[in-house]
Amino acid sequence: MGEASAVTMAAPPWQRWRSLAEAGLPFAALIVMLAVIIDIRPAVFSYFGFTLLFKLTTPLILAALGQMLIIMLGDIDLSNGSFVGLVTCITALFLTDNPGLAVAAYVALVLAYAAFGLLIHLRALPSIVVTLGMSFIWLGAAVMLLPAPGGLAPGWLSGFMDWRPPLLPLPIWAAIVVALAGHLVITRSSYGTILRGTGDNPRATARAGWSVVAIRVAVYAAAGGLGVLAGLTLTGLTTSGDANIAPAYTLIGVSAVILGGGSFTGGIVSPVGTVAGALVLSLAGSLLSFLQVSPTWQVGAQGGILFLILAGRVLLREVPQ
Amino acid sequence: MNKMRHAWRKWRAALVLGLALVPMLASITRADGIATGDTSRIRIAFSNSYAGNSFRQVMIRDFQDAAAQAVKEGKIKGYTVVSSNASVTEQASQMQNLILQGYNAIIILAGSDTALNGAVKDACDAGIVVVAFASGVTEPCAYRVDYDLDTYGQAEMNYFASRFGTKPTNLLEIRGLAGDGFDKRLHAGVEKALAEYPNFKIVGQVYGEWTSTVAQKEVAGILPSLPTIGGVLTQGGDGYGAAMAFEAAGRKLPIIIMGNRQDELALWKKERAAEGYETISLGATPSVSQAAFWVAQQILAGKKVPKFVQVPLLQIHQDDLDAWLAKVPDGGVADADFSQALTVAIIDANADHKPIPGIPAPK
Repeated sequence: MGEASAVTMAAPPWQRWRSLAEAGLPFAALIVMLAVIIDIRPAVFSYFGFTLLFKLTTPLILAALGQMLIIMLGDIDLSNGSFVGLVTCITALFLTDNPGLAVAAYVALVLAYAAFGLLIHLRALPSIVVTLGMSFIWLGAAVMLLPAPGGLAPGWLSGFMDWRPPLLPLPIWAAIVVALAGHLVITRSSYGTILRGTGDNPRATARAGWSVVAIRVAVYAAAGGLGVLAGLTLTGLTTSGDANIAPAYTLIGVSAVILGGGSFTGGIVSPVGTVAGALVLSLAGSLLSFLQVSPTWQVGAQGGILFLILAGRVLLREVPQ
Repeated sequence: MNKMRHAWRKWRAALVLGLALVPMLASITRADGIATGDTSRIRIAFSNSYAGNSFRQVMIRDFQDAAAQAVKEGKIKGYTVVSSNASVTEQASQMQNLILQGYNAIIILAGSDTALNGAVKDACDAGIVVVAFASGVTEPCAYRVDYDLDTYGQAEMNYFASRFGTKPTNLLEIRGLAGDGFDKRLHAGVEKALAEYPNFKIVGQVYGEWTSTVAQKEVAGILPSLPTIGGVLTQGGDGYGAAMAFEAAGRKLPIIIMGNRQDELALWKKERAAEGYETISLGATPSVSQAAFWVAQQILAGKKVPKFVQVPLLQIHQDDLDAWLAKVPDGGVADADFSQALTVAIIDANADHKPIPGIPAPK
């Protein structure tokens, strides 16, 4: 340990500056995009403007954090988006008239997530295959429940999502609170270190006396829980359920994790970075519509923005010695 | 922070003022029903859920043509089009952006009947006129411009009745895609119309997926088991394939309702020349985006518009066939402009519960 910190101390200052810049990249991108938007339309710079601009980021952030937990273990979750869709269907159908049933369904979903985590661990299956299969299960269940989009979110839920808290708009509060909670649990707490260590080197964690099975199951369950929260907030915003509402969350979530400093190798993730990444990705679409980019180019241009930011990260990354 | 709240209050004040101005404009309506309130400073946005097929591409171009012309004539100040890549959440956030950009009206082709309700409500609350078209948005504050699919089946059955009278006749129905909403609504219209004509009997049903090749394969598969077919009910895009299947089986061509596609119209023309073949052609037009555009413009100009505006399907009859065929590009679908005058006539017909005027044939 002492040796490692000595190495860090010995690192030339430009290298430390570099890693700082890398961590700050999504935030810089966020500020630049916001500045451009506000320059085009100063009215955005208001409580009302920020509420609208960031309204739909809350469920995306929660889904991205769920994805982050899975990526932390060195796995990937391709079922995240359709899972959120299923939760919106359950919420819109049952939560108003039959809250008991809805809550039981949420618990069952979280347990199912945990069970798939267990399956992946015990049989040493590739998560990419299992979660792809899961995505069809979620989608199928959602379509069976709600063949056509519909249902109604309970009034308290849509009321909460419309709530105007003091000082900052709700989506910004949500982003701050969630980022802080993630930071404390994953980055700062000792248990978080164990979790990240499991993704990096499960054998070492096992040797240190921790149950890797229990960790994996718990992390998958937590990811499922975040998916449920994402679905709930999304239903509150759209006021209805739709099986096909959020397939894009899967890959946007993955991009947000990577953009925020995560890595597919496992063990390297940043909750604060992931939240910033999710904000950047949802703002990228807004930026293009404020810039009046023609619809034919919008999808490509969005990819272009993502590519530029990721390229920036690669350029800033320290070259391993 | 107080500043932010203050800004929100100012926003609200501007909003209330804006709403108060609307009734003042309402009185300015000409004898022909076109409202002439000053809309020279308004901007209209088009939020589109998907831009990846040719029908949608034409639909966007039609909107841009009409809007550009309106800008030139000083009827509006500006317009924009945003497309989400079939992602409903993306479309919802684009709606929020359009609100922030201060558009006065948003016309939307929604990717979901319900999932945009939150965003639509936000827009209405900000004093923006929202017109949803060719898609069922359930939020009641939005105006809707749409086809009545009951009239599709009704028109098909009425035409058969005009040809066969009360003679017992077997029909073949080509449907769209199993489980699809459009297919379900259209089929319900056919069933409703069928109840009026007891002499017609649907003896076979296939799913043609609105695609010529699929329809041909499916019809060819069921034909050997069918008695003589008098007429074929279609949903558009499937007529040509059906005709090919009948031809390959060496059967006489029944009356196939065409769907405004170029290949269908060309086949109709060829058969008409050969043996005096008669039928009609029906279909949705991409230019429905123009109808929605003019509805939005008219609402802002002060016209009273019903919450649901039914737009007509494009019908092609024997006499107009040549004129339409000349206008349809190869591989395309018949399209015609919804002008401001035609849209106003349609709005008035809806308000007075009169028959909806049809789209006139090109000269």
